[in-house]
Amino acid sequence: MTTAKVSAPARPAARRRPFSWRRAAAWALVALAVAVSVLPFYWILRTALSTNGSLAGNATNLLPADFNLGAFKRVFGLQSPEEAVAEGGSGAQIDFWSYLRNSVLFASITTTGAVFFSAMAAYAFARLRWRGRNLVFSLFLATMMVPPIFTALPNFLLIKNLGLLNTLAGLVLPYIFMTPFAIFFLRQFFLNMSREVEEAAMLDGAKHLRIFFQIILPNAAAPIATLALLTFIGQWNEYFWPLLVGQDESVRVLTVGLGVFKSQSPQGAPDWSGLMAATLVSALPVLILFAAFGKKIVNSIGFSGIK
Amino acid sequence: MTTLTRNASPAEHAVRRPLKRRGQSDLKIALFFIAPAMIGFLVFYLVPTLRGIYLSFTEYSILGDPAWIGTANYEAIAKDPLFWNALAVTSQYVLINIVLQTALALGLALLMHRVAKSTWIRGALLLPYLMANVIAALLWFWLLDYQIGIVNYFIESIGLPKVAFFGSEEWAIPTQALINTWRHMGYTALLLFAGLQSIPHHVYEVANLDGASPWQTFRKITVPLLRPVLVLVLIVTVIGSFQVFDTVAVTTLGGPVNASRVLQFYIYQKAFTESDFGYGSALAVILFVILALVAFIQMKFLKGNESDLD
Repeated sequence: MTTAKVSAPARPAARRRPFSWRRAAAWALVALAVAVSVLPFYWILRTALSTNGSLAGNATNLLPADFNLGAFKRVFGLQSPEEAVAEGGSGAQIDFWSYLRNSVLFASITTTGAVFFSAMAAYAFARLRWRGRNLVFSLFLATMMVPPIFTALPNFLLIKNLGLLNTLAGLVLPYIFMTPFAIFFLRQFFLNMSREVEEAAMLDGAKHLRIFFQIILPNAAAPIATLALLTFIGQWNEYFWPLLVGQDESVRVLTVGLGVFKSQSPQGAPDWSGLMAATLVSALPVLILFAAFGKKIVNSIGFSGIK
Repeated sequence: MTTLTRNASPAEHAVRRPLKRRGQSDLKIALFFIAPAMIGFLVFYLVPTLRGIYLSFTEYSILGDPAWIGTANYEAIAKDPLFWNALAVTSQYVLINIVLQTALALGLALLMHRVAKSTWIRGALLLPYLMANVIAALLWFWLLDYQIGIVNYFIESIGLPKVAFFGSEEWAIPTQALINTWRHMGYTALLLFAGLQSIPHHVYEVANLDGASPWQTFRKITVPLLRPVLVLVLIVTVIGSFQVFDTVAVTTLGGPVNASRVLQFYIYQKAFTESDFGYGSALAVILFVILALVAFIQMKFLKGNESDLD
């Protein structure tokens, strides 16, 4: 499945290539693209560690302007309203700890449920024989074409009628049972797995449940981990649905909290360091995941698009 | 969304291979395995899709019951200047994204293919894509700020007038598109890079022996062989761009005036700010139809499902 292997034979000559301007120019452009992708993250950090009042006077200084941790205190609700206003904040109560907790709950519950139930369904589509299997599978696949906003409106009404607005249950329900992409992704792997072990187990009288848990899941651990990682990041970044059903402070996730924080920021002179501190807090978990599993994520791109 | 590799054949093989001789079907156990996913599919995908279509023919303000009004919503939409504005503005956004993002990503993919194959570089380029839209929006809201944003500082320092990226009508949509391009450029480049890597090397060697120029090689070999991936990238870009919402919702809120009131934001406002669910649903149906048409046209005319490498 990995495509990187294809170009291997061309390698030996590449070791000691003489200097050429064209290669240097190509490298420079790649470096520029890397800089444009990565440097803004440094600017978030630099701004978050600055004092609001000093930002205007030090627009291009690479170091924080008047180093100060006030922005982070503000974001975590550790500053009194007076202090916050004095440092350029809005003084409105904001607590990113609780948003962080809600985001962790939302993303991990939906990821666990969606990946596990999708794996079960993928097993039924890849390994079991039943009438209508291909038809049902195509129906599932077709839902990938439906734009999320289209189902979001009726789903909102359903969650509202169930009385689940502003609850964790209302937030996670639409995602927890499956995602069409996960089913598609895992079915593909299950189809390519060798059947020999399963058939031997079958002869020994093992039932499907045991085969699924003891043979299929362990053998597909790597793709399942990749899928879980991608699903988690996707859920972590989700904005539209939590905006509809999770406005309340008690279930507000980070993305929604960021939007609220931004809208509360004073209009004329925004609380830039506070906003960037909040942005950094929201980005950090994904940055950590990326530092730990970057290679897995990067290599998954060749195989398939994330969502 | 879709796999790039075209080795579906061993998979298809496995499906068609006779599944043992046990004769009877696994329907009962299959029902057990598929039950949770089936609940999700029925309750949160299939029924809402049908209900959304039904609601588009009703007048419904959440309170009370939906009242059937036939095609009145659609007739109103046809005469709604804000809808046509939203469509125009969204199309502009999509167009900028297609051109800019695809061109930059293709260039970047070719460069990487030539000189830089390291995982580190690919990782760095992918980073923006892993961030939430809301984060990308806020980050650029700061970098592009009119008063003290660093980008305007540079623009001024080279002698040009400052640009009100979010505050002016002519820049509102291009700015949104630039943010999206920043977030997707590396990801798209990686998809194209994977496509480039799968073009067999001997094809290039033959072209070299025949004395083909780099431009000829690019046009006659790279582009045709890359076409399935290019089409996929285009479809993903267009479908994703038509559903722009997050960045608009946290920065310009559709403004200034109506300059960035994109379709999905208009739907959101109709349904949730004005509690006009019937009208919002009808708009969503239209968006749905547009997306289906776009995907269909691209598949059909760019022949995305066929490779020239056979």
